[in-house]
Order: sequence, then C-alpha cells, then structure tokens
Amino acid sequence: MSEPIVEVRNLRKSYGDVSVLKGVGFSVEQGDLVSIIGPSGCGKSTLLRCLNALETLDSGLIRMAGVTLERSEGERKLDPRFHDLAHELRQRVGMVFQQFNLFPNKTILENVTLAPLVVNKEPREVAEDNALRQLEKVGLSGFAKRYPAQLSGGQQQRAAIARALAMNPKVMLYDEPTSALDPMLVDEVLSVMKALDAEGMTQIVVTHEIRFARDASDYIVYMEQGEIVEISDEDQIFTSPKDERTRRFLHRFI
Amino acid sequence: MKRFPLLYLTLAILGNLSVFTGLHAADSSGEKGSPSLKWAAAVDSNAPFAFYDAHNRLTGFEVEIIEGISRHMGRDPKFIQNSWDGLIPGLGRGLYDCVICGIEITAEKGQEVLFTDPYYITFEQLVVAKGTPPVNSLAELSGRKIGTLEQTAALRMLQETPNVVVKSYAEEINAYNDVCNGRLYGVLLDYPIAKYYASPNPALEFTGPPFGKITYGIAVSRSRPELAKQINVALGQMVKSGELRDILSRWGLWTPTMATALNQQADPSLPDTEYKAFAAQFEQEGGIIARLKRYFVYWPVILQGCVLTLEISILSMVLAIVVGFLLALMRVYGPFPLKPIAILYIEIVRGTPLLVQLLILFYGLPYIGIKLTPFLAGMLGLGLNYAAYEAENYRAGLLAIPKGQMEAARALGMTHRQGLVHVVVPQAFRMVLPPVTNDFISLLKDSSLVSAVTLIDLTGAYTRIATQTFDYFGTGLLIAAIYLLIGLPFVRLTGWLEKRLSTDRRTPEQKPSFWLGLGA
Repeated sequence: MSEPIVEVRNLRKSYGDVSVLKGVGFSVEQGDLVSIIGPSGCGKSTLLRCLNALETLDSGLIRMAGVTLERSEGERKLDPRFHDLAHELRQRVGMVFQQFNLFPNKTILENVTLAPLVVNKEPREVAEDNALRQLEKVGLSGFAKRYPAQLSGGQQQRAAIARALAMNPKVMLYDEPTSALDPMLVDEVLSVMKALDAEGMTQIVVTHEIRFARDASDYIVYMEQGEIVEISDEDQIFTSPKDERTRRFLHRFI
Repeated sequence: MKRFPLLYLTLAILGNLSVFTGLHAADSSGEKGSPSLKWAAAVDSNAPFAFYDAHNRLTGFEVEIIEGISRHMGRDPKFIQNSWDGLIPGLGRGLYDCVICGIEITAEKGQEVLFTDPYYITFEQLVVAKGTPPVNSLAELSGRKIGTLEQTAALRMLQETPNVVVKSYAEEINAYNDVCNGRLYGVLLDYPIAKYYASPNPALEFTGPPFGKITYGIAVSRSRPELAKQINVALGQMVKSGELRDILSRWGLWTPTMATALNQQADPSLPDTEYKAFAAQFEQEGGIIARLKRYFVYWPVILQGCVLTLEISILSMVLAIVVGFLLALMRVYGPFPLKPIAILYIEIVRGTPLLVQLLILFYGLPYIGIKLTPFLAGMLGLGLNYAAYEAENYRAGLLAIPKGQMEAARALGMTHRQGLVHVVVPQAFRMVLPPVTNDFISLLKDSSLVSAVTLIDLTGAYTRIATQTFDYFGTGLLIAAIYLLIGLPFVRLTGWLEKRLSTDRRTPEQKPSFWLGLGA
C-alpha cells in the first residue's frame, strides 16, 4: 500500500477555553472520497478549515499532498515557516465553501481564471482555455460570461468547484457544499463530485447528506464533540455501527 | 509597472510637486538680481488704493505711485495678489519685496516690518445714514453700533471709545450697505475709502470732523533696510517733481492735509477724472440685461476661477483618494506601528478646521523652512484633509466585504496581498463610490477656502466681481449656479461608473452609456 495522500495525527484546536478538536487523526488514500458527518458543532467544519490552514492548529500534524504542517504541544509560537508552508499547501488543495464565495464583481470565467493568472502567472489564453474545460466538466458551458448573481445556487456551487479545479489540486475539500441549496439543486452538485471521484480525485466532504455519504463515499468519518467516534466502511456504519453514539445519530436518517 | 498604475500616478504627481517647489525656490533666490519690484496688495473692494476697474484692469492711486517708484528705481513693477490678512505674513515669507495697501504706520507694526516715508496722510471719516443728527466726537457714539474694517486705525480708535459696539468687516461695501440696511448706526473708515464707497451713495452722508491722523507707508521686510532707503529716494523724487500731487489730484485725493505736509499748493494740479469715472458706476442702470452685460465683462475672471477651482479640486481629490486608501489599509490591515499612526492621523486631521490647516501649511511651515507655493499649499491642505475622510470611507468599504471573499482567495492559493488587490479592494471600491462622490462635491465647495492662501478661485472671483459691481446678490446667484454646473458632470460620471460596476445586472452584454438616463 502506498503512502496516504492525507494524514492527520493528534490534531488539537481550541478557541479560548472551548476545545473544538480534541486530538483528531485519520488518513486518506489517493483517489478516495471520504465523508465527515456528525451533529452541528461537533468540529467537522473546523477540522476541514484546519486542513486548509484557514485556521491554525494548536498542536498535531497535518500532511497533505507532500506538505507537512506540524506543531508540538505547548509550543507557543508558530513556526516562522508556517505561513509559507500553509500557502504552499493551499496551492495544492482546493476548497469549496457552503456559501460558494464566488467573486460577485467578476464573471464566471474571470472567477475561474483569476487564481491561475495571479498565482501561477499562466498566460491568459492558457488560463481561459483550461477554465472553459473545467466549466464544461461541471456542466456550465455557455455560462462563462455570466455573473454569479445570474446563476442558480446549484450553478454557482458548480462554478465554485470549477474555480477550485482550475488550480489542479491534488485534494478537494468541501465544507457542507449543498447545505445552502434548494433540495432540487443538491443532486446536480453531488453528481459533479461523483464524476470527479470516478476520475480519481481525492475528496474530503463535510456533509449532512447522509444518502450521498452512503452512496458515494469510500468510507465515512463520524465525529462528535471534537472527537472521531468511528471511521467505517460505508455499509458497515449503517448496518452495524460499532459505537452507540453513531447508531443514535444515524438512527434519525434511516 | 502595470499592476499599480495608481501608485505610479501618485509618484508622478509627487515628482511634479517637488518640481513646483523647486521652481519656486529658484524663483525667490534669483529675485535679488532681477530688475522687478514685486509689490503686494489686497485688491478686493479696495478702491481707490489698488483695485480692478469695470474693464478688469488693475488701477488705483497706489498702483500709480508704486509704478512711479519702480520707474525711478529702474525696476519693473510686478503685482502679487494677497488677502488683506496675509499681506504682512507674506512679506515675512519673502513672497514679494514690499506691500502698498493703505497700511497705517504704527509703532506696533514697526516691530514686524520696516516702513518707508509716508506717501499719503489722511484721517478717519464717519459716515451715517442721511438725516442722522450730526456727530461731533467719537464719545457721542456711545451705545451705537459702528462698523469698520479689520486691522485698521479706525478699529483701534473705536475700541478705545467707551461703550461703542464695534462690528468689524472684511469688505467696506458690506459695512456701508449695513448702514443703509439699518444694521449699523455708522461706519468709521479712512477718508479715501469713505470718499469712494460712501460719498457717491445718496443714502449716506459724511458727518463730524476729521478724526485722528493716519499716515500710509510702504512696508518692506525688516531684513532689507537698503530697499526701504531706495524706495524713499524714489518717493522723494516723485514728490519733488510734482508727480505725486498729479496722481493724487486725478484721484480726487489731494487734500489740504497733504498740501501742508508736503509744503505744496493746496489746489489740485489736475481734474479728478479717476474719481469721476469710479463714481459713475453707481449710476449704472440695474435691469437684468444691463447686469448680465456687466457680468459678461468679467468672464475671464470667472473662467480663471473655474479652472483653478477645478484644477485644485481634482488634484486634491486624487491625492485624498490615494493617501486615504493607504491610510485605510494601514488602519484595517496594518501591523503595530502603522495602525496607530493611521488612527492618530485621521483623528487629528478630522478634528481640526480645514482653514486652520491651510493657514498652517502656507504661513506656518515657512517658520521651519518649508515654503510652499499657494497652489501647492491649497492642494496639499485640501487633499490631506479629505484623505482622512476618504480613509474612513474605504475602511467601511473594506470591512463590508464578507470574510468569505478573502478566505476564497486564500484557499485558491493567493497571498493576503493578492487577495486584497484582486478580490477585496475592487469590491470595496464599488461600494464606496457613492460616499466618495459625495465627498468630491463637498471638496469642490470647500476649495473656496483656498482664497485664504492668496488664490483666486471661483469664490475669489465672486468677491472681486461683487465688490466691483456692488452687486452681491446677482453675482452670488451666478457663481452659485456655476458651482452647481461644474459639479454635475462628476455626479453623472460616478452614476455611470456605479452602473457599469454593478454586480447584479441581468444583461451583462449591454454596457450602460454615459448619457443613459440623463433625460430621465
């Protein structure tokens, strides 16, 4: 078995006295789709934001796509190289937000090409050509010249996925990607993620879509109160959860 | 280069400014060898001393005297305009060689400047409304409201008289008008002023004896006694040759007092043609067409005023936008020393009056060796003042952009600075357009304060025209209308920009036209 592309060890994060992540650890193999589920406030969004270094970790280790962020317990100051490493890591990892966070003053095409132009200094023709291919992949050909406000929620979220893909990420992170969508629009976003899975993209999804987690995931991480309660094969967690807490949570969905 | 056009623009402007100051420094240092004699006066409402006549020509008995003096000295007279309050400070700043503007020779002023021999001797004249009982001494004015001008001998005399309520004015026309309006009991001013502004008015009359004795002298810097000596020699030659008597006669100012003082004949040597020409203006008809015709004579002054107002407003606004933007970035994102510096700057600049800031820049800085041209002082004063307000606009704009925008930018691999430049700032810019437009309109009007640093902007043009046509009402409406007109294109421009940058439009292919909706 090859080395995992994502590895998290003993990750801790607290805000003041509130401990949000109490020593979390898991790993993801290349090409896996992993769903993180759990009740609101269990720390799953914070975990995802730590993975992308949008939040700094208090202690522990994150290794993703070849970049390692590490901080030992009690170490008061951040490693001076932390921000450089975090910046490096974000260039290799794509992130999709619950509220899409498209740039409202730019067209869809401009949204998708901005980072390749600014960060990678790609020539405009190359960036635009690539952007059009990504838009095609998420089913938004013909929407390049529109502005975000002219698109439905599902289209906006697919545009946000295309924007992240344009940076050629090794791993994609999704923070409740369908929570802000009308139920009718959820499937068009999920099917894009399934298609990416089929292409071999490594994806980590924080979600409330239990059905999607069950159907599409290689395995599921169940979190509660800042801890990982159970990591399980998708069928097993629904048919015979090992932990009583998991059983109680999933009971409502089945 | 391409990525920060604004920054390069600023640098280019700053570069130019240093050229301006450089030129100015070179100009004043080369002044000694040059044959010109730079003289200053405040020319608004300043007949018969030095003023612009109905044909917009600089004239007056002081103009003729200084021209005569220059001729005798073999130098070219060069006129520099200043406000009355700024005349003496300007001398200290080396803006000009001398001041001739009806300045009374007093021991007090002698501490600040060097006076030449007197070129005119006169007295204070009391003017009241026609039909007022005669007044024989200042003591009789007890309890009365009496008007005069700032910084005059008359003001001092009134203040020394018990119980007189003194009102001091900037323009004599306004003082005399207030006698007609019943706001004042009378006006005490130098005889030449009373002769020119009060005696042609049938509603006013002279009363009482000549009060006091006033001698006018030319002021030069205390550091240049040799210049005062040269002027005295030239003045002596003009007295001897009868030139001075000729000038004063033509202006109707040759009085027995002068004849005695110079030991010459009491009767005028020439008819008072200049006085008659001036007084004729009071008899002009007041119809609308006649008024418009009179205003039309002044179109070069109005045009110059417009150009200066626009120039200084636009340049100040550019400066305010650039500096304000940097201040906002410092305040919102700056690390320790930058943030408190920005806050301190904003609080101090917002908390002190713009006029005081302008005066400090222009008259105060020379004490620490920094001399700015009037234009530069006006532009910097307005620009740096408005920068504080712009900074707060931008700060509001920056803070109003949702956090998710910067997070999305960073998640895409951008640095914090790239996120600011490409994502946050463009959106904040759109958001602050309305308040920034508002500030520009406000700045356009505040630019009228630059007349305090000797510039003749649109408001300066107003004062000049009003004091020459004796018409504050019609001229005021005209100038107000011009302010309104020159502000309008900028309101439209930003309205158009707002539409263009709007993010919720439904048809992106259709770019809004600049004129779109102008008629609606």
